[in-house]
Amino acid sequence: MSLIAILGALEVGLIFGLVALGVHLSFRIINFADLTVDASFPLGGAVAATLIVLGWNPFAATAIAFASGALSGWITGWLNVRLKILQLLAGILVMISLYSVNLRIMGKPNVALISEPTVFSMLAIEGIPEYVLKPLILLVVALAAKLVLDFYFASEAGLAMRATGSNPRMARSQGISTDRHTLIGLALSNGLVALAGALFAQSQGGADVSMGIGTIVIGLAAVIVGETLLPSRSLAVATLACLLGASLYRFFIALALNIDFIGLKAQDLNLVTAVLVGLALLMPAYRQKIRKARLRRPQPSKESANA
Amino acid sequence: MLEARGLTITFNAGTPIENRALRGLDLTIATGQFITVIGSNGAGKSTFLNALSGDLLVDSGSIKLDGQDVTRLTAWQRSHLVARVFQDPLAGTCEALTIEENMALAWRRGTTRSLRFAVNSKLRELFREKLRLLDLGLENRLADRIGLLSGGQRQAVSLLMASLQPSKILLLDEHTAALDPKTAAFVLELTARIVDEAKLTAMMVTHSMRQALDHGSRTVMLHEGQVILDVSGSKRQGMDVPDLLQMFERTRGEALSDDALLLA
Repeated sequence: MSLIAILGALEVGLIFGLVALGVHLSFRIINFADLTVDASFPLGGAVAATLIVLGWNPFAATAIAFASGALSGWITGWLNVRLKILQLLAGILVMISLYSVNLRIMGKPNVALISEPTVFSMLAIEGIPEYVLKPLILLVVALAAKLVLDFYFASEAGLAMRATGSNPRMARSQGISTDRHTLIGLALSNGLVALAGALFAQSQGGADVSMGIGTIVIGLAAVIVGETLLPSRSLAVATLACLLGASLYRFFIALALNIDFIGLKAQDLNLVTAVLVGLALLMPAYRQKIRKARLRRPQPSKESANA
Repeated sequence: MLEARGLTITFNAGTPIENRALRGLDLTIATGQFITVIGSNGAGKSTFLNALSGDLLVDSGSIKLDGQDVTRLTAWQRSHLVARVFQDPLAGTCEALTIEENMALAWRRGTTRSLRFAVNSKLRELFREKLRLLDLGLENRLADRIGLLSGGQRQAVSLLMASLQPSKILLLDEHTAALDPKTAAFVLELTARIVDEAKLTAMMVTHSMRQALDHGSRTVMLHEGQVILDVSGSKRQGMDVPDLLQMFERTRGEALSDDALLLA
């Protein structure tokens, strides 16, 4: 693998680190199996790309993309807490409807950003090649998002959100509106995912209506890979694990697609993803089995050791 | 003061498994009073407690706390008036959070939660001081996950948490039922101490008649969703479990004959 390919993998990996943070927030913190992600990612891309083509400042366009994602998460939450629609179904409903919305926003299946200004081109520094600068900028963005989440989780409001996911009945008895915190959590989660979508469109040269397929699986893969590599009860470590998991995951994908003799091509991406997630999901159970087998092995007793 | 008037709750109304859990329950608890509530399975004890906490909204009737009508408020909306300890030691605390984070949650019960840090050094000192009263060594384990504690320890912390903020009533839902006898005795003693020190208005649901008579100053018995027995003062002083049982059977007998009369 060349340096450019590695940095390219890191670039996409960090963008999916933002997705992983969002997925961590919904699946782990508020305990909500949210599938909206598959559509809020292209939504962010569509909104940002369309606004930039219309002449908006890329930063403003990216901010609006974040807000549009937050709104979509809010709708999913509203369907669940107000209308009592099942979590998975609420997410799927919003996901499928956003497909039409995304097409409406862009007016066509894809919008190119090749010659338009982006947040990356605006931050360009003379002498530093783009393939180095982009991952650097994204590293700063991802770390900033991680830190904001860390501080939020340690705040009174963030603690209330964690209680909402961990023990909703207790949370309510402490005066926490679990409905409200579910809504805020989903909005924040999908806002982050849409932000990732907006950055993805700007770094890859355009938005496409189908760019969201499998986002939730990649996000979950990153969360699970991260948890496996950095198992910890600390939330600050968990958010770091999200970024690490996403980066490593993209790195391995790039590696798999780069090794010619395996014969994998870019179109195999989703299949490879699914296999990797499946393996990562098996890991904890497999680990336990090994541990149990080790315990069952007879330990040498003190007497025999002395003899 | 708590005033419950004509509370009714029916589960699965209009179906073959209809269950009239509360059937016009009336109860007034004076400020500072510690009452115990007993009753057999299905008498409506838990339903009544859940109605007071707001986990269940009543079909009819009214609930007032210090004159404030809370009948239509949900659990989180009335939490500034109601403190609660659950029966299940796992239910009253957040397993994934640390001891200090759990206490910080309770510290903000019924108030708005800001973006300030939930735990600071001043609060930590206060929590440590409170935990020292338990004499369980928990004051040195503030940053431990509460899931690492035993059921009894968690229940003791839940009690402390319930007393961190003022309340108009403290609801204790068979909070020692899941503990071994020795731990249960400790938690009961702690309950009496906390209720006494803060002069709390409290209602303890139990299905041990012994416990009901040994604690508080008034005992109420529920049967078929109504109060059928209410003893306090000198009448309660000399009472023993057999007396209570006798009273219960007598009243129940009468109640049954009432039904028979109605049906005839």
